[in-house]
Amino acid sequence: MNDAAPPGLAPDRAPSQLGGSATKITIKDLRFYYGDSLALKGISLPLADRKVTAFIGPSGCGKSTLLRVLNRMYDLYPRQRAEGEVVLDRENLLDPAQDLNLLRAKVGMVFQKPTPFPMTIFDNIAFGIQLYERISRGELADRVEAALTKAALWGEVKDKLGANGLSISGGQQQRLCIARTIAAKPEVVLLDEPCSALDPISTSKIEELIDELKAEYTIVIVTHNMQQAARVSDYTAFMYLGELVEFDVTDKIFTAPSDRRTQDYITGRFG
Amino acid sequence: MSEHIVTSFDEELNGLSQKIAEMGGLAEESVADSVAALVRRDIQLAQRVITTDVRIDALQQELEESAILMIAKRQPLAGDLREIMAAIHIANDLERVGDLAKNTAKRVIAIESNFGSQRLVAGVEHMAELSLTQLKEILDAFAGRDLAAAHSVWEHDTEIDAMYTSLFRELLTYMMEDPRNITFCTHLLFCAKNIERIGDHATNIAENLHLPHHGHDTSRQAPEAGHLKPDVSGVQRSLSTESRA
Amino acid sequence: MKSMALYARRRRWSSVVMGLSVAATAFGAAWLIAILGTLIWNGVGGLTPSVFTSMTPPPGSAGGLANALVGSLILTVMGVVIGTPIGLLAGTYMAEYGRQTWLTEVVRLVNDVLLSAPSIVIGLFVYQIIVAPMGHFSAWAGGVALAMLVIPVVVRTTENMLLLVPNSLREAAAALGAPRSTIIARVAYRAARAGIVTGVLLAVARVTGETAPLLFTALNNQFWSLNPNAPMASLPVTIFQFALSPYADWQRLAWTGALIVTFAVLTLNIVARLLSNIGTSK
Repeated sequence: MNDAAPPGLAPDRAPSQLGGSATKITIKDLRFYYGDSLALKGISLPLADRKVTAFIGPSGCGKSTLLRVLNRMYDLYPRQRAEGEVVLDRENLLDPAQDLNLLRAKVGMVFQKPTPFPMTIFDNIAFGIQLYERISRGELADRVEAALTKAALWGEVKDKLGANGLSISGGQQQRLCIARTIAAKPEVVLLDEPCSALDPISTSKIEELIDELKAEYTIVIVTHNMQQAARVSDYTAFMYLGELVEFDVTDKIFTAPSDRRTQDYITGRFG
Repeated sequence: MSEHIVTSFDEELNGLSQKIAEMGGLAEESVADSVAALVRRDIQLAQRVITTDVRIDALQQELEESAILMIAKRQPLAGDLREIMAAIHIANDLERVGDLAKNTAKRVIAIESNFGSQRLVAGVEHMAELSLTQLKEILDAFAGRDLAAAHSVWEHDTEIDAMYTSLFRELLTYMMEDPRNITFCTHLLFCAKNIERIGDHATNIAENLHLPHHGHDTSRQAPEAGHLKPDVSGVQRSLSTESRA
Repeated sequence: MKSMALYARRRRWSSVVMGLSVAATAFGAAWLIAILGTLIWNGVGGLTPSVFTSMTPPPGSAGGLANALVGSLILTVMGVVIGTPIGLLAGTYMAEYGRQTWLTEVVRLVNDVLLSAPSIVIGLFVYQIIVAPMGHFSAWAGGVALAMLVIPVVVRTTENMLLLVPNSLREAAAALGAPRSTIIARVAYRAARAGIVTGVLLAVARVTGETAPLLFTALNNQFWSLNPNAPMASLPVTIFQFALSPYADWQRLAWTGALIVTFAVLTLNIVARLLSNIGTSK
């Protein structure tokens, strides 16, 4: 049971208000194009500060696309563009003048497939820290230890920090990627199906980790596992064919959804 | 058993146990108070019992909602699933116990001026003590997950049934003795029935305690000893009958 | 049953083709062994320490191949030092910055042509642009000619190895806020390191045995010379000269030289192969 049940939404269930929770990111009328085709059709959504928001929906509904707008990952590829507003700390991060590298230092991302760099475990974690901070060797070692401890990995790797990042198991690699992301002290952490490639025990460990991390970071998770969304998130957004169908407190979405399509997806009647 | 990797799961399971403990305490209190109200003719006490029952009903609702949410979110298997199902059943039984105590209390109010002499109540009081002991013991067994204690509660149910039968005859005798007792003794008969039912519910709870561990109730067979190797003969037999079909 | 006859016929046909494959392999391997055998037979006799210490002699005197060996070494190093950075950066542009652009396509096409261009043409080209204006042959010209043979190999392998690095790795680095240059230098290069090094080794192996381009650029030198401005001795050209001569001792030295060159190239290829195996067997 969550210690503090998330505040409910405004009575008219407008996704613009979170009824008591502070908003970290506000998405306003976001449209996303792959070339000429419209993939996200005007999404408006608040993301609560230091809570977990989940995006669920069938394949191709746009949930990963939406997630990747939040750190402008699509900018790496030509022919992908976004229009509308995504406001983080009173700045629209879709603005062309926005510094992408600084944005991504604030908004970290963990991917579906664990991607440790081909370096030692220590260097993997130090990578993100050293990009923007000049600190002494000793302080660096402390930060690495702190990040690995927070990611519940310190005990397992403290004796092999010099080992290659690829020499540990899949579940450990994913926790390494999480540690690497939080070592750089972001404010928001985006998780793109972080447990899809992992076994059940590693999945449980990461869910426990998310529970602990949300005290400090705003977390957005895309998952196709509905029980996982129900377990870890405070708010859930259901998307279908590029549209936001329903957004509400998680317990409500999974026990008594308002929209027929949400109900059908959750009960496995389509998708 | 070791803890779950996701600590919030353990917290939720503990929450269920706590609710049952709370319901149990309230139920015990209600039963004791309802009988005391009957013996001492205390209308105010009876009123309190009726009010307490509302709280017991609310707890049962909360527990059921929690359990449903847990089943949806956690997809519990094996022992976890049985534990949650057992919690739902036990909560139902405790809610019924609360209702039965409430009914007894309502009777106390309904009797009004028709109270008979103290010796008529003695039998009911004695039976109530037995039932209350059963309830107390089963709730202690639940808190300590004590299967042996649960088993002994299950066995003592026959005593209560025997007591009820003899009390029934006793009250009939009183009614035949003096027709002015009929109203009061009829009320007492219903109260006795309630108390006997409370004993039955305690027995039900004892059976449910067995559920998380063995998956079947005690009325069928004794708990089996542990096997060293998994017994596949049953599967082999059913496969060979299938292939012949 | 019909299927059994089909199956039996397939098995027979499979045995026939398997037999032919083994025979072809044996045929190819036999010639390889024959070449190596001939080299060893004819060259090992002259493989004395003096080959590495004495200089190329006039016909009739005793001597070695020292200046030719050192000359080859210098020319190869020059070729690699000039050619590798150019090849590396070109390959990096093609794989990291200009993946779908027309420039990359054109460069790739030209590169593939240069990869299999006749090296004598390269030699003539360098003669025209360096030797003629300078007025004399030189090691510089030889080095440049070899560099032009190194570049296509390095470009090809660098681009391929970098393309093999999964995009997810680059995205992970970008997601931490790393700028493009850091992603390439600290992540992509790191990941493709073994492959790129292998490419350089293969380029070295290629130029070690090249004769034609050196004929018009570095020429050859009977004497000991480390002057890059003057003609420089090289092993392949020396072998060419000595093998065609009528002098028996020169011919012996030619065989020994051929043996040395062959085994140098063989060793480089084996090392390159081992390196790439270590890289892939994680």
